[in-house]
Amino acid sequence: MSELLIETEDGDLDSAPMNLQMGPSHPAMHGTIKMRLKLDGEIVQRSDIEVGYLHRGFEKSCESVTWTQVLPYTDRLNYVSPLCNNVGYCMAVEKLIGVTATERCQYIRTIMAETSRIGDHLTCVGASAMELGAFTAFLYAIEAREELWRLTEAVTGARLTHSYCRIGGLKDDLPLDFEASYRVVEKKVRSLIYDIRALLDTNRIFLDRMKDIGCISAERALSLGFTGPCLRSTGHDYDVRKYAPYMIYDRLDFEVPVGVKGDNYDRYLVRLEEVDQSLRMIDQCFKQIPAGPINVDDGRLVLPAKDEVYHSIEGTIAHFKLIMDGIKVPPGEVYSYTEAGNGELGFYLISTGEGRPYKCRVRPPCWALMQGVAEMVEGYQIADIVPTFGSINMIGGECDR
Amino acid sequence: MSQYVVGRIQEKFGAAVLSTHASQGDDTVVIERGVLLDLLFFLRDDAELAFNLPIDLTVVDWYRLRELRFEVVYHLLSTSKRHRIRIKVPLDEDDLKLDSSFPVWPGLDWFEREAWDLYGVTFEGHPNHKRILMWEGFEGHPLRKDYPINQRQPMTALLGEKA
Repeated sequence: MSELLIETEDGDLDSAPMNLQMGPSHPAMHGTIKMRLKLDGEIVQRSDIEVGYLHRGFEKSCESVTWTQVLPYTDRLNYVSPLCNNVGYCMAVEKLIGVTATERCQYIRTIMAETSRIGDHLTCVGASAMELGAFTAFLYAIEAREELWRLTEAVTGARLTHSYCRIGGLKDDLPLDFEASYRVVEKKVRSLIYDIRALLDTNRIFLDRMKDIGCISAERALSLGFTGPCLRSTGHDYDVRKYAPYMIYDRLDFEVPVGVKGDNYDRYLVRLEEVDQSLRMIDQCFKQIPAGPINVDDGRLVLPAKDEVYHSIEGTIAHFKLIMDGIKVPPGEVYSYTEAGNGELGFYLISTGEGRPYKCRVRPPCWALMQGVAEMVEGYQIADIVPTFGSINMIGGECDR
Repeated sequence: MSQYVVGRIQEKFGAAVLSTHASQGDDTVVIERGVLLDLLFFLRDDAELAFNLPIDLTVVDWYRLRELRFEVVYHLLSTSKRHRIRIKVPLDEDDLKLDSSFPVWPGLDWFEREAWDLYGVTFEGHPNHKRILMWEGFEGHPLRKDYPINQRQPMTALLGEKA
């Protein structure tokens, strides 16, 4: 961009490049990110991103607690869709142990993970619209998300940090009237999404800010390690749910929406289309879900029933051992991956046979996305950073761990 | 599935392959550090292997458990061939250096910085070899097993303390 620099020999105003620090406490840098920018007028020449402001030592903490106690930490990775993380972590441990969750459990996990994903996408779309001034769209998106969260609260008992999954099963089965209350919520969510799309899809201001801004090619995105909606917006259809179906995704009929140019508008459209697909998946899950147990029948993994704990010595001991020593995971290593809200969420676990993880590495999709943002904002105006950064959907908890 | 990849690597880098295994179905190749870059270029450029998505890079600290204390672990994916591979490079504590894989995949940039920050592995040739999660001036590498979990290093002086 250096040819844009104006020579000042004729006594014109000085237009030397300016350095600007954006963040870490900036309203549009949700999740405390600092950007160091080199500006030529309003054009970003170079940018350097600093992360780490939200680093809590996820891995270090995991190494000192039992396998089950890691679950609440995973809630706090991507805190907008915690259920996807729960499912991802439990599947990783189960793969290492060599057990498979029951049919019913897999269906419930799918339903909850997809509900969570809808909430995640709506938050991203709503927040990036709000940053462009479309406050109504934000309110609609958050209202829809709130409905979904109320539903998840009825299932898991918590609004935000659910810790719903357990190794080998779930905390609880679905409430009896779950499908009925889901139908009510689904209707509301669909109508709110219709309203959001009516407000934004062809909105002149929105289009001007989103179209052809923050473009990235599929090839470049791949070499930067992009996954999830941001990769799919470039036209590449990599989706873990299709490429390596886990749980029961191979029994569901759904499509993978892809974009063309990899600009902000494509990312917006891909997210909203994915919400549609998720609703479709949940529909099919309700049709297919079988009755049956939600936990695997293995006393080494699953806590005994409360009645047994209080009234039999075996139950008390089993409960005590599972809580104090933790589940014994056979020695070995495993990399297990699922499709979370932002892309491939991988867990690389190492066990030495103890009740605690020797290593619990999480591969956060945001990490790769964030390093790509630096080049996605270069060459565009400073105001374009806001929608580009918004459409990436950086979640501090997941990026900085 | 990716047994084929393991076979191709053994064929090409026979002597430098230290061992292979497939724990829980994840095919793994342990190699000598000297051939790392050649191997990554080979995996990326060979038409039949076509690894195009660098998934992850991390380090394992086998403190007092193994002779070579550290192990750098790569997870790679080919979206066209739909296969995955895990590459491991054992490193000695006294010579904790590895070639930067930035020229192969720019996406490993931050992963390498993180590995330096949290484990202290130096990546030679990395364009911006700085800490990323911790601040400049932080002492030690917190994810090493001999870094106590309760050790505090506040960035600013605590209330009532002298800076």
